[in-house]
Amino acid sequence: MKFWPIFKREFASYFATPLAYVFIVIFLFSMGAFTFYIGNFYQNGVADLSVFFGYHPWLYLFLVPAISMRLWAEERRSGTMELLLTLPVPLWATVLGKYLAAWAFTGVALALTFPIWLTVNYLGHPDNGVILAAYIGSFLMAGGYLAIGSAISASTNNQVIAFVVSVVVCFLFTVSGAPIVIEFVRAWAPLVLINAISSFSFLTHFAAISAGVIDLRDVVYFLSLIALFLTANVVIIDLKKSA
Amino acid sequence: MIEITGLTKRFGAATAVAGLDLSVGKGEVLGFLGPNGAGKSTTMKMVTGDLTPTSGHARVCGHDIETDTIRAQEQIGYLPEGAPAYGDMTARQFLSFIAQVRGFRGAEVKARVDAVVAKTELEPVLDQTIETLSKGFKRRVGLAQAILHDPPVLIMDEPTDGLDPNQKHSVRALIRAMAPEKAIIISTHLLEEVEAICTRAVIIDRGRIVADGTPAALLARSRHHNAVTMTLPAAQADIAKNRLKSMNDVESVEQTVLRVGLVQLTAFPKRGALLIENVSALAAAERWDVKELYAEAGRLDEVFRAITTHDAARAREARA
Repeated sequence: MKFWPIFKREFASYFATPLAYVFIVIFLFSMGAFTFYIGNFYQNGVADLSVFFGYHPWLYLFLVPAISMRLWAEERRSGTMELLLTLPVPLWATVLGKYLAAWAFTGVALALTFPIWLTVNYLGHPDNGVILAAYIGSFLMAGGYLAIGSAISASTNNQVIAFVVSVVVCFLFTVSGAPIVIEFVRAWAPLVLINAISSFSFLTHFAAISAGVIDLRDVVYFLSLIALFLTANVVIIDLKKSA
Repeated sequence: MIEITGLTKRFGAATAVAGLDLSVGKGEVLGFLGPNGAGKSTTMKMVTGDLTPTSGHARVCGHDIETDTIRAQEQIGYLPEGAPAYGDMTARQFLSFIAQVRGFRGAEVKARVDAVVAKTELEPVLDQTIETLSKGFKRRVGLAQAILHDPPVLIMDEPTDGLDPNQKHSVRALIRAMAPEKAIIISTHLLEEVEAICTRAVIIDRGRIVADGTPAALLARSRHHNAVTMTLPAAQADIAKNRLKSMNDVESVEQTVLRVGLVQLTAFPKRGALLIENVSALAAAERWDVKELYAEAGRLDEVFRAITTHDAARAREARA
């Protein structure tokens, strides 16, 4: 439980500044705007939240790096990195503690979208099992974006660089399953490669879960991606110590 | 309790620390001196685990900082340069956080924080966020964080930087009080601090140890060590100067005009000689109107300048 104090401090720090409130307001506002105005939630006349969840990958693409960019870059800039590295806590516990705090925070933001669930239940009789699955999938996907952003944040002390690079890398992980990429690759690549590329996509796995089927393979995909990038995170910090 | 062997750190082509050997025992307060960029902070960062050495080892209470990191870090209290802390936390929250990370639980957290707050006199600002604190209080929060777990090894990078004279005095008193039970390394630019609290002074320059001894032994290397200074009326200065020069043990005499009509003469002894008795006997015999007469202990800044390469010389060397 070495990561617990780190987790608690990090989680509380979001709410010690306006950051948490600004983020949550913008998150909820843009979720609402996309769902109701661009997604035409009412006009569709269907009592489900597929429109709402369909925008999640694209909103996370920008909003999650906004959280992850400060994770390590801020510690380096303010000098508290030195404190963290010299306290008797294993590096993996520090990385895990900070990451879980950020993930829990996005979880809070996601949970606060519950009025839309109330709305759709008021309007009709949606399949709440599917909605729950989609929420779980969305949370896992946010965790994936966060892990990527966290590793990138560890490699720089500049938050702007951390943000921009994270958006680009997250974008690649998102679109690798989109038709435009698949069509482009199909012209010359063997089927195995096409499948490999599309199976790296957040979209593919998120679509599967939000259809209401929590397939172990999709869950394992997100969890192993998170583990991979957190390991990279530890390695990057360790390399920087010996640079 | 601290053993450093062959510690080396290179940043690209630049060598910050070059094969440092040092061992510090219980009861020692080691003053780490050196010009900016000499490698003081880099050495401290390697000993505490913030940086990985290029080669060499550092052991703290028998635990290697690289292979047995956590155990070694448990023995260390560390005040990094600039006393970094989380600005959005209050001093109380921050110290409680450190206590929890250090493995204290429940009531013990509060007890530890209360004890350390009393020692560092932080009560008045305990519930202010750290970013709103003055430099002196920030530094004391950093100090409190370092000594919270009563570590056997204490490493502090410029602990009194930014403190006013009263605060410096109380921090030094605190360090002196802890000294008998701990091995302490402090880095500083303040030579008077070394004389005030250190039992041992190590001067490093360009990553190498260039002097290592008690402050008194370092003072003995000063040109002013055992020199005799006297103040007397200008009218008697020339005669006195010649008489002093002709004394057996006097190497040279320097003269400074203090103000109109008053002159200060400093007689430098030949190696190892003691002048004060002979000079004062001479002054009495000659009936000079001496206003002041004293023997100097030596000047640490002079030793420091003589030992460490001058900045300009270093820059020239770098260009060559």
